[in-house]
Amino acid sequence: MPHLLEIQGLSKSFTIHHLGKHMQAVRDIQLSLNEGEFIGIVGKSGSGKSTILKSIYRTYFPEEGAIKYHSEKFGTVDLAQLSEREVHYLRKHEIGYVSQFLNAMPRTTARELVEQSVIEMGKSKEEAQQAAIEALSHFELDSELWDSYPTTFSGGQKLRLNIACAIVKKPRLLLLDEPTASLDDASKWKVREVIERLKADGTTLIGIFHDLEFMDGLCDKVYDLLQQKSPNSISGGMNDRDAFNSVGVQSPG
Amino acid sequence: MQDKPILQVKNLVKQYGSGCSVCADANDEVLEKNICPHCRTVYACRSISFDVYPGEILGIVGESGSGKSTLMKCLYFDETVTSGEGYMTPYEAGMANVFEQSSQQQRLIRNTILGMVYQNPVLGLKMDFSSVGNIAEKLIAAGDRNVQRMETRSKVLLEHVHIPLTRMKDEPKKFSGGMQQRVQIAKALSNNPPILLLDEVTTGLDLSVQASVLDLIKTIQRELGISMIVVSHDLAVIRMLADRTIVMLNGKIIEQGLTDQILEDPQHAYTQQLVYSLI
Repeated sequence: MPHLLEIQGLSKSFTIHHLGKHMQAVRDIQLSLNEGEFIGIVGKSGSGKSTILKSIYRTYFPEEGAIKYHSEKFGTVDLAQLSEREVHYLRKHEIGYVSQFLNAMPRTTARELVEQSVIEMGKSKEEAQQAAIEALSHFELDSELWDSYPTTFSGGQKLRLNIACAIVKKPRLLLLDEPTASLDDASKWKVREVIERLKADGTTLIGIFHDLEFMDGLCDKVYDLLQQKSPNSISGGMNDRDAFNSVGVQSPG
Repeated sequence: MQDKPILQVKNLVKQYGSGCSVCADANDEVLEKNICPHCRTVYACRSISFDVYPGEILGIVGESGSGKSTLMKCLYFDETVTSGEGYMTPYEAGMANVFEQSSQQQRLIRNTILGMVYQNPVLGLKMDFSSVGNIAEKLIAAGDRNVQRMETRSKVLLEHVHIPLTRMKDEPKKFSGGMQQRVQIAKALSNNPPILLLDEVTTGLDLSVQASVLDLIKTIQRELGISMIVVSHDLAVIRMLADRTIVMLNGKIIEQGLTDQILEDPQHAYTQQLVYSLI
């Protein structure tokens, strides 16, 4: 059984033209993930956690290294090299991304947003309507909110809507980019419940979380982006046992 | 993935003026932006190549004068290309260069394969005809002669773009800008075109009307599966609509990619500047 995802020597830097500067975000990342596993990425602000997720999702163009993904449709592919068209297909059908920000069409209701995610996959309107009702109730979004516009939602409500839009597609791999940032404790635990259910359903997950308490007992592995000498030279190291100890997460099995 | 583009454009060139020995190879060192300082020839589109896939929205961004609208006019045969190739799958199975066809054939392509919505509704509508008449004009051009059927179709389309039926006999000159734009969209859709060209369709509209036009475009894509090229200088519009985006500067494509990648990881100095300007 090949890994679902295997990152080999990923490096990414940004050239900021108006400053004439070159900034290294991550260097030589190695990371692998089996189907159904949940990896949590920890590290200080600016250590490149989001860069890894965005490189997998191809919002960032990976510079060096390979991101091998075992796709249902295409077999094993390198996400760093895949055509835009193929990446677009994977985003629709296999890989989901959840951030703390909601990027919705203006004047689109919560219900419509979720339905659209399903219609995008080529499903019928009826199927989409059914799936949207299931997802919105599953994520415990008050039914009064279903037909209102998400711009007026609270942070926690937006986030659960975000997750609902991603989950309704039943992605094989879900990337969670600080989905609990700026949430109060009660909302956080609701998000955690959702993640636990996903995990139980066999979804493979990579998540970035600020608070370690949240990750406790949730992640199978922790990937620690260790801060090295200067903020501009960061490299990551996978060290399950140490990382588990340092963040107090129980090692599975 | 083996899917075939519905529209392929290869090395499209459009210049105004005959050029001279100074600007013969039209490179950046010689030209001032995209104009020859010696003979004042304007190189509006300089070897533009791209593909559009079935059901996708391709965004084109760039500042005024970057060649976006000229490109759209060339694709709709409003302008004759200086050179280049274009292939559309619904025409001759995508084997014939549409730019080399007779004007009669180009009219046929325009009437059966393409829909166009201009920034300025005056270009796309007859302001003194009724809205229904405007749509019927396109249907007649596409070969329909049945008055009853055309009227029914017009009503359906106008309803689709939220023009109240009580106003369908009114002339567009009596409409607001947003309504004119929606009549244009209805007209462009009337012949069920597989390819829709939208040139700055939300520019100058107020936020609420803009939102309804954006929503309409997205619905058309989702429900009718029409492929579209959306030209805009507004990155927020592109972010909402486009799956992939092309960035143009001085008549050339300087960058292309997935829309979120263009916005979050722009490579070219100009694209970075553009993204920093996003409100």
